[in-house]
Amino acid sequence: MSTATAAATHDDHEHVHYTTTGLDNRKIAVWAFIGSECMLFASLISTYLIYKGRSRVGPFPHETWTSPTGEVFKPILNIPVTSASTFVLLMSSLFMVMALAAVENRGKPGYGGLKGNSKFWLATTALAGTVFLGFQAFEFTSFVHEGLKITTNLFGSSFFTLTGFHGAHVTVGVLWLLTLLAIDMKRGLTPKDTLVVDICALYWHFVDVVWIAIFTLIYLIQ
Amino acid sequence: MSDHASHAGHEVHEHPDWKQYKWVALILFAITIVEVWAYYIPAFVASSAFVPILLVMSAVKFSIVVAYYMHLKYDNRLFIALFVGPLFIAMFTITALLLLFGKL
Amino acid sequence: MTTYASSAPEQTGIWSWITTVDHKRIGTMYLFTALFFFLFGGLEAGLMRVQLARPNQAIISAEMYNQLFTMHGTTMVFLAIMPLSAAFFNYLIPLQIGARDVAFPRLNAFSYWVYLLGAVFITFPIFFHIAPNGGWFGYAPLTTNQFSPGANIDFWVMGLQILGISSLAAAFNFITTIINMRAPGMTLMRMPMFTWMSFIVQFLLILAFPAITIALVFLLFDRFFGTAFYDIAKGADPLLWQHLFWVFGHPEVYILILPAFGLVSEILPTFSKKPLFGYNVMVYSGIMIGFLGFGVWAHHMFAVGMGAVADTLFSMATMLIGIPTGVKIFNWIATLWGGQIRFVTAMKFAIGLVGLFTIGGISGVMHSSPPADLQQTDTYFVVAHFHYVLFGGSMMGIFGGIYFYFPKMFGRYMDEALGTWHFWLTFIAMNLTFFPMHFSGLLGMPRRIYTYDAGQGWEKFNLASSLGTLLLIIATAIFVINFFKSRKGGLPAPQDAWGAATLEWSIPSPPPEYNFARIPIVTSRSPLWDLKHPEMSSGAAHADADPVQVASANAVPLREETEHHTAAELGIPMPLNTVKPLLTALGIVIMFSGLMFIHLDHFALAMAVSLSGAALLIGSLYAWLFSPLE
Ligand code: HEM
Ligand SMILES: [Cu+2]
Repeated sequence: MSTATAAATHDDHEHVHYTTTGLDNRKIAVWAFIGSECMLFASLISTYLIYKGRSRVGPFPHETWTSPTGEVFKPILNIPVTSASTFVLLMSSLFMVMALAAVENRGKPGYGGLKGNSKFWLATTALAGTVFLGFQAFEFTSFVHEGLKITTNLFGSSFFTLTGFHGAHVTVGVLWLLTLLAIDMKRGLTPKDTLVVDICALYWHFVDVVWIAIFTLIYLIQ
Repeated sequence: MSDHASHAGHEVHEHPDWKQYKWVALILFAITIVEVWAYYIPAFVASSAFVPILLVMSAVKFSIVVAYYMHLKYDNRLFIALFVGPLFIAMFTITALLLLFGKL
Repeated sequence: MTTYASSAPEQTGIWSWITTVDHKRIGTMYLFTALFFFLFGGLEAGLMRVQLARPNQAIISAEMYNQLFTMHGTTMVFLAIMPLSAAFFNYLIPLQIGARDVAFPRLNAFSYWVYLLGAVFITFPIFFHIAPNGGWFGYAPLTTNQFSPGANIDFWVMGLQILGISSLAAAFNFITTIINMRAPGMTLMRMPMFTWMSFIVQFLLILAFPAITIALVFLLFDRFFGTAFYDIAKGADPLLWQHLFWVFGHPEVYILILPAFGLVSEILPTFSKKPLFGYNVMVYSGIMIGFLGFGVWAHHMFAVGMGAVADTLFSMATMLIGIPTGVKIFNWIATLWGGQIRFVTAMKFAIGLVGLFTIGGISGVMHSSPPADLQQTDTYFVVAHFHYVLFGGSMMGIFGGIYFYFPKMFGRYMDEALGTWHFWLTFIAMNLTFFPMHFSGLLGMPRRIYTYDAGQGWEKFNLASSLGTLLLIIATAIFVINFFKSRKGGLPAPQDAWGAATLEWSIPSPPPEYNFARIPIVTSRSPLWDLKHPEMSSGAAHADADPVQVASANAVPLREETEHHTAAELGIPMPLNTVKPLLTALGIVIMFSGLMFIHLDHFALAMAVSLSGAALLIGSLYAWLFSPLE
């Protein structure tokens, strides 16, 4: 009770506005946003699955295709490479929670050294995201070399659009992380900034779980 | 909602701890290995159990990231509602569309 | 009617409007802009009715007719009714829940500017005869390059994409506002019904818009980058667009009607001097409608041959949704029952909604039956249905809301005599326009034809519709006159202009920039009646003062606020004016506009424009996020 009363005094520079639930507005908005994103990816994933197996020409994701001219196209999805990039993205989520813990517990016992180094964890998370994007760039270019463009067939259109949308989300996340890193370098993130890191983390993990779904539905299930 | 008014002004932060983080990462890693491994067993891929089992594994990964890394398990119930409601409608829509297009 | 409060000295000048982040000013801008587009869309309809008044006329070409019906539908749905609702969301939600502003004031300004720029973007092509021409639901593959070359559809695709951003941003804002900005004691089940319906609408928005966003992205990629999503030659399914569109489209119709339902639920109790009948049931039926609304979309597609199972399931779900809708109608009637009714203009429109919406609801249930729908679909019968729900429902409710809240917004009443003329003319004209469409539709007249032969029994119905339209235009002109006349010369209104029960009536009209000098503590559903007419709310559920724990030092028991101060005098920190939301919105629109040059084969120019838009977007977004709010 008393904390809230104190929070309402306005000359306090770091004042917190009164909220009905005691939660921060931004966090509610981010969760609502994530809810909305569920529908966005649901539409993309549905389309991919609806169009699965309906392409008139290859290359195909899991099947070999022989073109009318006799050219043979192998199944195009490269599971080993994508497994590696999936692994990197999953681990980035671990780095992200470490970054959050480091900011939140700054100065607490047990959070010295590497564990308390939020800059390191933010940087590694962003790096992991960038590596994931690098894998995606590699995947996209090699697909194009193997004859699959976004215009080639239904598979190409829906595959590149779905994974491209996901990649765009990762890109936004990397920029967000780098922004946090810049703030951390400039003035140092403190436990008061926990929320700011938290909402970025929520977004980041959400992008990760979307990939968990994509990896199974698009890459592994044939 | 008003029942939350009592802790207005400060957030309840009971994040899971480092040990749990490690375990979650380990499980994620392990399931991914099993998934990819399963992909390379032709007999299993051909069986009718393949798709359901893969979906279950993926759902487990999805859930533990949401529950622990997004600390939904420890956070305000409101957030659970904000996430699970839309997720439910999204999954309903995917299922209905796949049925309508004869994919299920 | 004793206390006349004049408005506090305010910032003035055009710049203060461009940079405002005040939800009331933004609401006012939404109101004016949306009313403008309502008139614009009405004129488009007027032209169509001139063309259809008699058989075999050639006043308007077939091509122009296509552009007119497309833009009429698009305008009314996305540029008129949705933003009119948004005007009320903006103006009322913070006032009704006892807040000083929305959760994210700058995001709110951003939503408005994106709407305005998007609206201009999608509207101006009609002056060059290159307006979108594929119908308001833009069915692909019809709208792909193959069948719709030219820039017409490009404007539509990008315009809707832009407008979607506005709606989504606003929805996140209002969800947060309603969850988190309620005054102490304002529990969910004490919220005014308008706020409740708006709350549901925001969830419909965040869940429905992603579907059309993706459908539009596919279309945009097909048109600009040659993808195959709607290319039948490459194996695409012609139903993909229809499904994605209606996954959005059906929730969208509830997005259009629920705010009007909310307004009516404020008006009816006030002028019956009775609390809303069955408040809880009203809330639950609203939630039911919102929820079921995601499971009925394919009732727009009975004619495509989905098969008996799908038809049956969607038909049943559609009939089911009629139940919560009907519940609401009965609750309104029960609210009137035994009340001391004051038949002012706002009340007339509210009762008008109850009657006219019901007609539209009934024809809706008629075409929820697939065999019946096969006769009705794509005929004027469907046109009649959706005009009864949209004009008879949404617009009647919004007109009622304008008459009701005008005194709050501008401190003056609208003229009752002109209002009465407006109502009765609208009521008669709207029935004269749309009722005959039931008949021409059942006689087989298809929608979206630019002319027809004589001798099919359609002439008199079409003539009636056209005459009705003329009358509607006259009625609307009366409304416009009344609106502008009353703004300057209407009777001054006190803060509690109608003796209503909710918080927005406890503060001056127009409200000061900070809304509430002291945040009120809310102890019931009709706080102002508790204060002024305790006899009216006694016995109603939740009426008993429930001791609320004061969580904010600023909150006090509700009282009527009559004095005017500036925020500075009261020590209330106000958000700073800023132009950054506008710049960010501009960046988005430039980014999209750049793509237009691709079709003119200026790829480099397209990239240059789009990238500079993106740079503006990112630059002003960062500047915005790194500058303090207040
Ligand atoms: C009782 C509730 C309702 C039912 C059962 C219902 C049912 C239907 C059905 C089955 C159709 C498809 C007709 C066809 O194309 O063959 C339809 C069309 C339509 N309805 Fe409703 N409806 C209801 C309420 C509403 C409301 C509240 C609105 C909007 C405020 C609305 C707006 C529309 C529109 C705009 C269309 C036509 C879309 C188009 O084809 O352009 N309806 N309705
Ligand atoms: Cu519908």
